[in-house]
Amino acid sequence: MKHLSIKLAMASALAITAGMASAETKDITIGMQLEPPHLDPTGAAAGAIDSVVYANIFEGLTRFDASGAILPALAESWTISDDGLTYTFSLRAGVKFHDGTSMDSEDVKFSLDRARAEESTNAQKALFTGIDTVEAVDATTVRITLSAPNGAFLFNLAWGDAVIVAPESIDNAKTNPIGTGPFVFTNWVQGDNITITKNADYWGTPAKLDSATFKFISDPVAAFAAVMAEDVDAFPGYPAPENLPQFEADPRFQVLVGSTEGETILAINNKLPPFDDVKVREAVAHAIDRQAIIDGAMFGLGTPIGTHFAPHNPDYVDLTAQSAYDPELSKSLLAEAGYPDGFTTTLKLPPPSYARRGGEIIAAQLREVGINVEISNLEWAQWLEQVFRGYDFGLTIVSHTEPMDIGIYARPDYYFQYDSAVFQALMVGLNAATDADDRTEILQAAQRMIADDYVNGYLFQLASTTVANANIVGLWQNAPTQATDLTAVYWND
Amino acid sequence: MLRYSLKRLLSLGVSLLAASAVIFLAIEVVPGDPASYMLGINAQPDTIAALRAELGLNVSAFERYITWVTGMLTGDFGISYTYRTPVVDMIGDRILISLPLAIYALTLSTLIAFPAGILAASKRGSATDVSIMGATQLGVAIPNFWFAMLLVVFFAINLRWFSAGGFPGWDKGFFVSMKALTLPAIALALPQASILARVMRSALIDTMNEDFIRTARAKGLTKRQALWRHALRNAMIPVLTIIGLQFSFLMAGAIIIENVFFLPGLGRLVFQSISQRDLIVVESVVMLLVFAVVVVTFIVDIAYAAVDPRLRGRS
Amino acid sequence: MQFVKAALRNRSFMIGASLAAIFIGAALISFLWTPFDVTKLDIPNKLQKPSGLHWFGTDHFGRDIFSMIMVGARTSIAVAVVAVGIGIILGVPLGLAAAARKDSLLDEIIMRTNDLVFAFPALLIAIMITAVFGPSAINAIIAIGIFNIPVFARLTRGAALSLWTRDFVLSARVAGKNATRISFEHILPNILNLLIVQGSIQFSLGILAEAGLSYVGLGAQPPIPSWGRMLAESQTMISFAPHLAIFPGMAIVLTVLGLNLMGDGLRDLLDPRLRRSRT
Repeated sequence: MKHLSIKLAMASALAITAGMASAETKDITIGMQLEPPHLDPTGAAAGAIDSVVYANIFEGLTRFDASGAILPALAESWTISDDGLTYTFSLRAGVKFHDGTSMDSEDVKFSLDRARAEESTNAQKALFTGIDTVEAVDATTVRITLSAPNGAFLFNLAWGDAVIVAPESIDNAKTNPIGTGPFVFTNWVQGDNITITKNADYWGTPAKLDSATFKFISDPVAAFAAVMAEDVDAFPGYPAPENLPQFEADPRFQVLVGSTEGETILAINNKLPPFDDVKVREAVAHAIDRQAIIDGAMFGLGTPIGTHFAPHNPDYVDLTAQSAYDPELSKSLLAEAGYPDGFTTTLKLPPPSYARRGGEIIAAQLREVGINVEISNLEWAQWLEQVFRGYDFGLTIVSHTEPMDIGIYARPDYYFQYDSAVFQALMVGLNAATDADDRTEILQAAQRMIADDYVNGYLFQLASTTVANANIVGLWQNAPTQATDLTAVYWND
Repeated sequence: MLRYSLKRLLSLGVSLLAASAVIFLAIEVVPGDPASYMLGINAQPDTIAALRAELGLNVSAFERYITWVTGMLTGDFGISYTYRTPVVDMIGDRILISLPLAIYALTLSTLIAFPAGILAASKRGSATDVSIMGATQLGVAIPNFWFAMLLVVFFAINLRWFSAGGFPGWDKGFFVSMKALTLPAIALALPQASILARVMRSALIDTMNEDFIRTARAKGLTKRQALWRHALRNAMIPVLTIIGLQFSFLMAGAIIIENVFFLPGLGRLVFQSISQRDLIVVESVVMLLVFAVVVVTFIVDIAYAAVDPRLRGRS
Repeated sequence: MQFVKAALRNRSFMIGASLAAIFIGAALISFLWTPFDVTKLDIPNKLQKPSGLHWFGTDHFGRDIFSMIMVGARTSIAVAVVAVGIGIILGVPLGLAAAARKDSLLDEIIMRTNDLVFAFPALLIAIMITAVFGPSAINAIIAIGIFNIPVFARLTRGAALSLWTRDFVLSARVAGKNATRISFEHILPNILNLLIVQGSIQFSLGILAEAGLSYVGLGAQPPIPSWGRMLAESQTMISFAPHLAIFPGMAIVLTVLGLNLMGDGLRDLLDPRLRRSRT
């Protein structure tokens, strides 16, 4: 009797596991380098927050797709008045937040008013300052009036900081985010992982996955080990490019290399002598060998840039020849500027490896022309304090990952302190321009201007590197915004 | 005995108070603003000011110190700047990993060190002794993070016997969790076991040379009987002190190992909090670790004094 | 002379001193010559395996690892020596003072402060110090030095206490010498041996501490090579370029091992009372 029941138990166990194995995998574990400090993308946001919630939990009026194009999201359609000041959005009907309350124009008004309020802690408050009034005309219509025309307004509304939230659930959004997206926030084990599960009541095409777990692995070595051991199924933004050849050679994995909006630059403190002399800045530009930096720091991944603009953007102008590697020219420029024996300055580097490794390489290249740099490796908090707010640096390396951010060169108090009235006027013109050709012309003029002024050393466009299980379909190859969009991801096994 | 205990207890209280002041002052001096850190490079000054007010950073340092200390006495360690959750909950979660890891490493360390030390002492001068001592010399010289690297490459990446790190959570099962803690515990245990084995050996040898052992031998006990029945017990005293010290070291000193194996323990919490300028968490965890060490020292001192009356006269 | 003969016969001392001498020698020679310049990057030749040209291979920037180990020895040894120096220069007088005025308030304060410093988790404090003052070799020295002070204070106090009851000290007191003079003229010379032995142990601990701090990025900064930092940088590449991790790791192990063996040997040679329990 005992014999038979054991055999029966084993048989049924085998049957069950066989049954499980043949079913499609519906869960995914995603590795992430940085843990989000909280989960509200509209309040004191860090990029890591968007990586979890953008498109998954929260949605805005518009959204980015994998190629960076603007698509309708919660707004089904819109019309723009002829003077470019009034936008009328037609919202989708029947959309519900994850707590069951409905999404309507009152929520849109609440979200936008909250973002632009005096005491708002929205990290991208600048996106909303052009808004004059927000009117909830009826349940599914919202009218937004701008104080001046802004060609980038629809683009701005697609950012993670502009997602629509509800007054009923906003108070706990940091720890219990309630949005309208295809996934619902389920659990957060501080320091370890966040889990989201499929929203059965989603208004649009339901997600193909049942659940997703974001695991935080900051150490590049741990990331490598986790991928190899298949503890994670995918790792967007994989931090160690030196391991990619190994993953590519392994049939278990797929490697997706694409573009990001990250212009990696050697930022120069334009108000600090001797960098206030354009000849010196030009000397720095010619001392740098971009390809050596890309090969040495990024193991060959990345596209050289000659100005602060993404090369995959159709309006890009290739100005790399203007700052070609020419150490002899560099030395003669320094002599002309009055520094035949070079000078000493500081190079402050934040944590990412493009900065640390790139920094060591640049330091060696600058030393060749007589510029001696003192390297300081800083944590983000120190970097923000000393470099970003304190202007206490000579050179630094950082990657600007916001899309279409050439406008930062119009802010004289931005950390590299470039103050050109001509450029500022150009940006005013850009904001007013809504015609595509006009915008192209202005953008190209802007790119040329900051290259001619050698404001910063333009290094390369950061590549997006994702390592994933070969059977996963639908992950973004490019990163037009910081996000891990799981809405169309599924297993093909 | 009572007087001694009370004196030591008073001393303990004073030490803790002094430590809390030192910790608070040291951390206040650390530059870097948690609000700026959280908001990132695109935030405006007024947004930062609003967040600082929200985080309660605008009251005076003295007020914050008093709030912190009185809070700790009632079990309230404040709210983390970065995560906006009670610090005591975060510490509680992390302790559930650091404490078992420390105990696991200590157990492994003791299991290796005791037999090794006793064997070496009993066969003093022999080839066994020399090889054991040679091995411990090597064990003490190997940096534990390098050893951890080698363990991961060999056991996790090549052999795939263990996962390379991470912690599945106690709710996923006791053995699964312990398996995740195994490589880290081994990496921590190696140098500790080496030190402990050496201490065990020299404590035993010292004790074996004491008069009372000679008396026991004179009474007819064999060397082995003398060792097991008498020497071992006395040798345990310095050994236990070292174990106590090692325990406190393991709780705090596992920072690097926790990072290598991405374990969400106390050490990694402090490291992350320092980078994030989450001062409340840093203060509380350092205070907790100091508290643990001071208490362990206190217990060891009391135990010593209870066992050996000669020690009570010391200041 | 007799000492030298005894030293040459002591196996522990000889092996230890030889190992330590290799690395100290490498550090000194590096001031005059290294096979390659460690500040020059040669990216096209990165990640070469050990060969006749590059004895230990090259790293991810094409730098010669053998040269980096030599210069790294400078960093480790300099940091460890100065840190131990701080411990001795500040710790020994504190210990002498505490012993001279045993059971007084001064003694109590010194010993309690000692215990307090011991109670603080060392790595944590080192991280905080470097967060305040910035990562550098100098701050690593300060951080390690701070934790050496109580070690020497406690050791000195313990040894001095047992000497205060000895006859030659009593006669000095009768002769009218004050505590300070006695401490420096009579006590100190007699504890030198203990200090030397402890010094060599702290030196080896200092090397490990510097490696640990450099490993987490808090020691000497680029472009100054440092063994700990070399290990940290090698980690992501260890599966296809193991030589990057093996050589710096072995350098640390052998230097520390050498110093420890030397310390054991010195203990045998310098303190006859302890020889009984060491052999």
